[in-house]
Amino acid sequence: MSGPVLLDVRDLVVHFPRRTGLLGTRREVVQAVNGVSLSVAAGETLGLVGESGCGKTTLARAVLRLVDPTAGRVTFDGQDVLALAPRPLRALRRRMQIVFQDPYASLNPRLTVRRAVREGIEIHRLAEGAEADRRVVRLLEEVGLTADAVARYPHELSGGQRQRVSIARALAVEPDLLVCDEPVSALDVSVQAQVLNLFADLQAHRRLAYLFISHDLAVVRHLAPRVAVMYLGRIVEEGPTHELFTGPLHPYTQALLSAAPVPDPARQRRRIVLSGEPPSPVRPPSGCPFHPRCQHPAKDDSCHRELPALRDLGPSRRAACHKADSVRAPASPSPA
Amino acid sequence: MTSPQAPALLEIANLRVSFATPAGTARAVDGLDLVVRSGETVGLVGESGCGKTVTALAILRLVDQGGHVAPGSQVRLEGRDLLALPVKEMQAVRGNHVALVFQEPASALNPVLTIGSQIAEAVRVHHRLRRRDAWRRAVEMLEAVGIPDAAERARHYPHQLSGGMRQRVLIAMALVCRPKLLIADEPTTALDVTIQAEILELIRSLQQQLGMAMLLITHNLGVVAETAERVYVMYAGQIVEEAQTGDLFAHPAHPYTEGLLGAVPSPDEPKQRLTAIAGQVPPATQWPSGCRFHPRCPWAWDRCRQETPPLLDAAAGHRARCWLVQEPERRGARP
Repeated sequence: MSGPVLLDVRDLVVHFPRRTGLLGTRREVVQAVNGVSLSVAAGETLGLVGESGCGKTTLARAVLRLVDPTAGRVTFDGQDVLALAPRPLRALRRRMQIVFQDPYASLNPRLTVRRAVREGIEIHRLAEGAEADRRVVRLLEEVGLTADAVARYPHELSGGQRQRVSIARALAVEPDLLVCDEPVSALDVSVQAQVLNLFADLQAHRRLAYLFISHDLAVVRHLAPRVAVMYLGRIVEEGPTHELFTGPLHPYTQALLSAAPVPDPARQRRRIVLSGEPPSPVRPPSGCPFHPRCQHPAKDDSCHRELPALRDLGPSRRAACHKADSVRAPASPSPA
Repeated sequence: MTSPQAPALLEIANLRVSFATPAGTARAVDGLDLVVRSGETVGLVGESGCGKTVTALAILRLVDQGGHVAPGSQVRLEGRDLLALPVKEMQAVRGNHVALVFQEPASALNPVLTIGSQIAEAVRVHHRLRRRDAWRRAVEMLEAVGIPDAAERARHYPHQLSGGMRQRVLIAMALVCRPKLLIADEPTTALDVTIQAEILELIRSLQQQLGMAMLLITHNLGVVAETAERVYVMYAGQIVEEAQTGDLFAHPAHPYTEGLLGAVPSPDEPKQRLTAIAGQVPPATQWPSGCRFHPRCPWAWDRCRQETPPLLDAAAGHRARCWLVQEPERRGARP
């Protein structure tokens, strides 16, 4: 199912210097992304899960070079994204598009749907005149809107419809990769289901690759066959979705899975309630970033001192924990 | 667990709240009946715009200017009609007998007062206590909601706390007068899952200690499944289904409830495809005729377009506003 590697991120670091204090005289560095490596194959979906402040949005922006990374490498289809000059970068951006969380903020309120969707087509000279308009209508129909939406302004649309417009706009330039940053988090459950189904359909028809970012485990599980879990700027676990959800290796993944409320009152679970808050990315803890909240029984001095590397713990399973045990075979065969 | 015989603490009957808007009259809450018994945890579930927050505000008479609570609406707390109380007596109810926790902890706190003084103020409004004693109660309450170094933290300002900590402060403020009823409106929606789990655990244990009833308002079916004993599902300003939590999730009787349950991806078993509910919630100025869900309902027939269904008994303690309860054979005739 996975084709050649489309997006490859190696040891990516994004630090933001910022001034704080009453007079803005103190300087500190927000270590938003701290050495992340991941790859997405053509036509594949990689889910990226993490809580607020873990750096997932910064990672998404750095991949598209919407923020400049401090160190590391981003390769898209063999091209070094971080080394590209403005013109080839623009050409490359046609192939990698992003859908943001808040369709209220990401659409220009003064552009009609036609102009919003046409913009990319014109900039990249994919079509013009009546042909461009025909493309707009086809795209709107593909995302489940009717042709009469072309003359509407964003404020005339519901949240779900706006997100469909954002998706149509991203698809207008025929990308190979769609970075989706919490694309359904602002939507109501019933509308969220419509948009998730749309993402699945689009992938099937267009062979799109997704980097799908969400804080919602159920959403990621539904859409992504492979998942990476992020905590405080680092990937702490990665693996095939079914195995990661049924047998999480990292104590943070275990806590995260046990904390998610499940709409089934018949099921009583043992819940790992973490104490404390995620530490600040300005002053990450020494050693393992999770150690202050970790409840692993074997936690010891090494967790305070040494940063655990993301290491192989079984067929396509990786976790960054000194104490995690290897798995020999997949936890259980997928019933799919 | 509460016995069904426990006395009704809160009884809402035929609550109607409307707002004048440029697009016409928005009937945000339209004939709502709801009961919370002493010590009971009741969930009120619905999507945005269904009227659940307006219901919470109406209970405490906090519906703002422009909003109109129709005559004939009743909100009874231990038999007293809150809507008919003089303003002074209503003030004694708010915060003291019924407390409210909002979704957004950042905007519910005063940014220029320390958190200790805000909680102490809540105490002093309702109880004749000396300043120092009220402060001590505030610190005790901060300890009870799990804030480390409570005595020190009480002198901090809201911006010095994280989102989870602020929500704890709001809970401390709500519970410091030991109310009989806590109305929690999306109390964990703005929080991360691991923090959400902590806050729900906290509310649950405080509720048991204080023997308090709770009306939990949320869009999150998972939170309801794990917290509430009984659930009301709200759609388009009305209750469309009411049942014990277990019954509701196992045998949803209203197609809207069914749709909601099908629309949630389960973290346990991945489904091939989510059963989305077609269309979207209509605006409150134009509720559809007949059953308000009929334009989105896969089963709707002529009767649904013309006649408005009342809440019908589907089973013991289980009611649904749907003609399918009377004509279950219609489910076979899938369009």
